[in-house]
Formats: sequence, structure tokens, C-alpha cells
Amino acid sequence: MNALAILGVMVMTAGAVFLAFAGLGLYRMPDTYTRIQAGTKATTLGTILTLVGAALIMPDWGVKLLLIALFLMFTNPLSSQVLARAAHRAGVPATKESKADALAEDREELA
Amino acid sequence: MSDTFAPVKIFSVTLLFWILLNGALEVDVLLVGAVVAGAITFLLAGSLSFLSGYRLTWESARATLGYLGYFLRELLKANLSLARVVMDPALPVEPAIVKVRTRLKNPVARLLLANSITLTPGTLTVEMKGEWLYVHWVFAKTTDPNVATAEIVADFEKFLEKMYD
Amino acid sequence: MTDTLLLPAAIAALALAAAFWRFLVGPRPVDRVVAFDGLTIIAITGLVLSALASGRSIYLDVALVYALLSFLGVIVAARYLEGGEQ
Repeated sequence: MNALAILGVMVMTAGAVFLAFAGLGLYRMPDTYTRIQAGTKATTLGTILTLVGAALIMPDWGVKLLLIALFLMFTNPLSSQVLARAAHRAGVPATKESKADALAEDREELA
Repeated sequence: MSDTFAPVKIFSVTLLFWILLNGALEVDVLLVGAVVAGAITFLLAGSLSFLSGYRLTWESARATLGYLGYFLRELLKANLSLARVVMDPALPVEPAIVKVRTRLKNPVARLLLANSITLTPGTLTVEMKGEWLYVHWVFAKTTDPNVATAEIVADFEKFLEKMYD
Repeated sequence: MTDTLLLPAAIAALALAAAFWRFLVGPRPVDRVVAFDGLTIIAITGLVLSALASGRSIYLDVALVYALLSFLGVIVAARYLEGGEQ
């Protein structure tokens, strides 16, 4: 096993740790919006890192792994935004800790 | 948004996507790719507007690189701050949905801005309407639109303004 | 080689378990979709690990198509959920 592959396994492990943070965030966060936040950021970085790690282990697969990474970087935030928007339009309440909701105040004029 | 280079951009991006998908630079892959990319360009040049507006200048290329570097740094910061929050037994969140304003007009630049906001520390774009973006902020320091704009939008906007018309 | 991949695989499995718990308890439909979105993205890492363990790159194509389909699925689900709880 060469040095590049060892580095690859380490990068993949770091990526998996961020995925675990995403899971923990989904598990612990108090409301839908904060869960979306936790889910989207940590899964994006975690997956990018596991893909980079895999590319270090198998350099021949680099191009395809890069393609998956680019695709996820673009679609992952997008699906989170669409979900957050759907939640807000459907009237899903935020946690009681919330300080303000400018969108709810403007909802009338937006419609 | 008439863009004389739009067909060239669509052709190059489609061909690049094809090459990446194949993961090989061989003559037959290139030939088939060129034919397919040409057909897509011919059929869809009018409706595929997502590439138009990207500037083909050195300044824009530099801004694109700067944007990528800044974005990756922010993504890392976002994850470290998030990791701190979810590991903390007290779960210190102070969320709010705040209004921010953007000067960007180009739809692709606006989409990239919304995506970038979603992947940077503590913020998530919920709704876009005209020049206003509604952003869910986990550690809301302020609800003043001007302060929030400076905090959340300004840095990305500087890069995106140079990249898109 | 394959043995050393067990560590990231085990951590990713923990992430899957936590996201799956959220999928089960909800409480709202949108929470389940959020958890489902997280689950599919973690599963992509699982597919990449399978590709490495088996040495077969076909799993990467599966991962790409899977990412595409789950993205479309979430968009459609969100459209449906927008109808609301009124």
C-alpha cells in the first residue's frame, strides 16, 4: 500500500467524520430549518472529502469522482433550499429560540 | 440576454461533460461527443440560457478562481462551526430568518449566490424575491437587512459581479 | 487495503443510523424528506466504498445516477409538500 493510498484512506475517514456530524445534526437540531442547515453543509463537505480520498486511492477514477463531486456541490444546496422554502410555505414552525422571521412578515406582499 | 458566444459555451460545456462522463480522451469518444454536443447546441441553444452572461475575460477567470478558493474556505469554516454546535450539549443556536439584498441581476449569478450562502457558516437561503433574499441564520447576530447583507452577501457578490454580466 | 476502509465505512454507518432515526421519527413529512435527502447522500459514500472494496468502477456510475435521481425526487417531494398543512 503506497503513501498516496494511505493519505486517501485518511481523507476518506475525515469525510466520514463530517458525514457523522451531519447525522448528529439531523438527530439533535431543534427544528426543520436548523436540521436542513446541519444536513446540507456537513454532507456536502463530507462527500467531497470521501470522493477526494477515493481519487487518491484510485487515481484512474479521478475524473468520474470529480464529476460526482461537482454534481453534488451544485445540487445539494439547491435541494436544501427547495426543502426549506417548501417547509416555510407550508407553515412549518421554527424553534422557540428563534429571534425573528422576516419572511413571515413579508409573506402577504410576496404572495 | 442575447449572447453571441452562447452556442460556443453550450458546445464546450456539453463536450466537457461528455469527456468527464467517459473518463477517457480517445478519438472515438471525442468524435461521438462532438456530434452529440453539436446536436444539443443546435436544438437547445435558444432555451439553454444557463451559461449566457458568463464573461469570457481574464478578469472573470481570476474572479472565478478567487470565488472557488473563498467558497471552499467558507465551506470548511461552516462545517467546523457546525461541528462545534452539534457536539455541544447545550446546542447553542439563535436562529432567525433575515432579509438581505443583492445587486446581482443575472439568474445564474443569483443561483450561485443562493447556493454559496447555503454552504457558508450558519446560513441557508429560504426564498428569493426580486432583489431580496430571505436567509435562515443559525447564529443571527442582527436582523437589520443592511448589516446582514454586508455580513452574508457582500463577499460573494464581489466575485460574482466580475464573473457575470 | 479493504480492511483499512472499514474505519470510514463504520463512521459512515453511524451517520446513516442517525439520519435514519430522524427519518423514522419525523415528526413532519418535510423532516422525513430532509432525513431522506441526507440518507441518500451518505449512501453515495457507501457506493464509493463499495467501488473501492470490489475494485469495480461500475459502482461510480451507479452513484452518479443515484445522486441525479435522489435530487429529482427531493425536488418533486418539495413541490408536493408546498401544498401545506393548512
